[in-house]
Amino acid sequence: MIGADVAFMLVATALVLLMTPALGFFYGGLVRSKNALNTMMMSVSALGFVALVWAVAGYSLAFAPGNAVVGGISAAFLRGVGLQAQGTIPQLLFMAYQGTFAIITAALVSGAVVERMRFSAYLMFLALWTLVVYAPVAHWVWGGGWLAQLGALDFAGGTVVHVNAGAAALVAALALGPRKDYARQAILPHNVPFTLLGAGLLWFGWFGFNAGSALQASPLAALAFVNTMLAPAAALVVWTLVELRRTGRPTAVGAATAIVVGLVAITPAAGFVGPMAAVALGGLSAIPTYLALSWRARTRLDDSLDVAAAHGLGGTVGALLTGVLAQKAWNGVADGALHGNPRQLAVQATAVLAAAAYSAVGTYAVLKLVALVLPLRASAREEGLGLDVSQHGEEAYTRGEGAILVLPDLAGPAAAPAPAPRLEPEGGRA
Amino acid sequence: MKLVVAIVRPEKLGDVLEALFRAEVRGLTINRVQGHGGETERVENYRGTTVKMELSEKVRLEIGVSDHFVTPTVSAILGAARTGDVGDGKIFVLPVEKVYRIRTAEEDQAAVTPVEEAATAGV
Repeated sequence: MIGADVAFMLVATALVLLMTPALGFFYGGLVRSKNALNTMMMSVSALGFVALVWAVAGYSLAFAPGNAVVGGISAAFLRGVGLQAQGTIPQLLFMAYQGTFAIITAALVSGAVVERMRFSAYLMFLALWTLVVYAPVAHWVWGGGWLAQLGALDFAGGTVVHVNAGAAALVAALALGPRKDYARQAILPHNVPFTLLGAGLLWFGWFGFNAGSALQASPLAALAFVNTMLAPAAALVVWTLVELRRTGRPTAVGAATAIVVGLVAITPAAGFVGPMAAVALGGLSAIPTYLALSWRARTRLDDSLDVAAAHGLGGTVGALLTGVLAQKAWNGVADGALHGNPRQLAVQATAVLAAAAYSAVGTYAVLKLVALVLPLRASAREEGLGLDVSQHGEEAYTRGEGAILVLPDLAGPAAAPAPAPRLEPEGGRA
Repeated sequence: MKLVVAIVRPEKLGDVLEALFRAEVRGLTINRVQGHGGETERVENYRGTTVKMELSEKVRLEIGVSDHFVTPTVSAILGAARTGDVGDGKIFVLPVEKVYRIRTAEEDQAAVTPVEEAATAGV
């Protein structure tokens, strides 16, 4: 056990946890004001539901000894997960660090279903998806599963987190169908500053995500850290130049998207490529995602916040370019195609395809399962009214005019079955 | 001339505008307003505080039209703003005493006639 590593990983875990509320701001700004709280709650509730599912069974299915496809149940309820060393840090800390990844991955999928999914169905989806889809894929790559044995490179989760979430998003968007106003009315972001705030906080947290994936306070962590700075910078520059050339007016939503795309793309490569390769990777990732986003908006596919394009495609580009640009001189693990090892590219492609295919099938199964118990979609009326009021009984921007205080009955001493609060107005009617 | 005042659901505004433009009604003003029209109150909770929201968000449109445009305007709104639930809103048609177009100081009928039509009529 090394003190510096423990200290570093404690901080990295907190940084990654911050990414989920950051994602709430990123997504929350992009929807209409009547759905702002619902969208942010989709991220916030992952902090609770996925974290618990992870501790109860998810961690075990991903990391306890099992077969090539899924881990065992020996660590369910964190049995045997204590302060003993896992590498140079306590295993319990490793569990928490991995838990923050499970949380953000599940929350990422919500971007495909905002403004229409029934919240209770979403919560059930979150919990089941973590167990059925996320935990096995994490096991394949990081838990000693078959992709790890094949030699797939995924430093911080380009395949496990982003390709996985992107494929799930695509399937979820198709399964739920488009929002009723989609392609009929302009649906505009209600708070672009929120989206920029979210992008900034995501970048900050992502240093924990990528550098922390070294699992030690080491030179390797420094490499991943620097690459996490440079790749989004390159994506931001390329995106801005593309917008300047195509419309003459670089947008703030575009900048926020570019930062996320660059971060997604460098995730699988962070500890495997040199800094100038990270610049190339970040810059290159911006172009296909930009084109995919522009094309998607003209189709009937309502992947509302473009999870499939930004995370699925961005993650795919990053994973494949890892197979091209990886350099043994930097990482001591493997070379990519550019450095004389074309087989690595094939391995990377296999990993992406396998994760995407499994995620698509698993997500569809989970959605069908949830649909047996609860309708997946809010009614058209609730969708029109907005999900903040219909699902949460709150509004993001209430002014309080015309609000009448409802007082519970405080008069009588607590009689046996407590009476339901009286819903009578205190004052007169307006 | 009449002033058509319509109070509609905010989520129906897009449909209403589309219908109005289809009916070639081009001059209008909108406000976001709050009101109460007999719809069921929404109960909301903020920490320990439970409130009944007596006022609902609505959009008010004001449209000055010439007499023969009243029916197309009203039917466009009726068709587009309706959901069938309580709270769909109201349409009021009010008489107008005098209208001026500020740019040209035109009055009454000419002032509420869209520019292209007036130009064509003049030729």
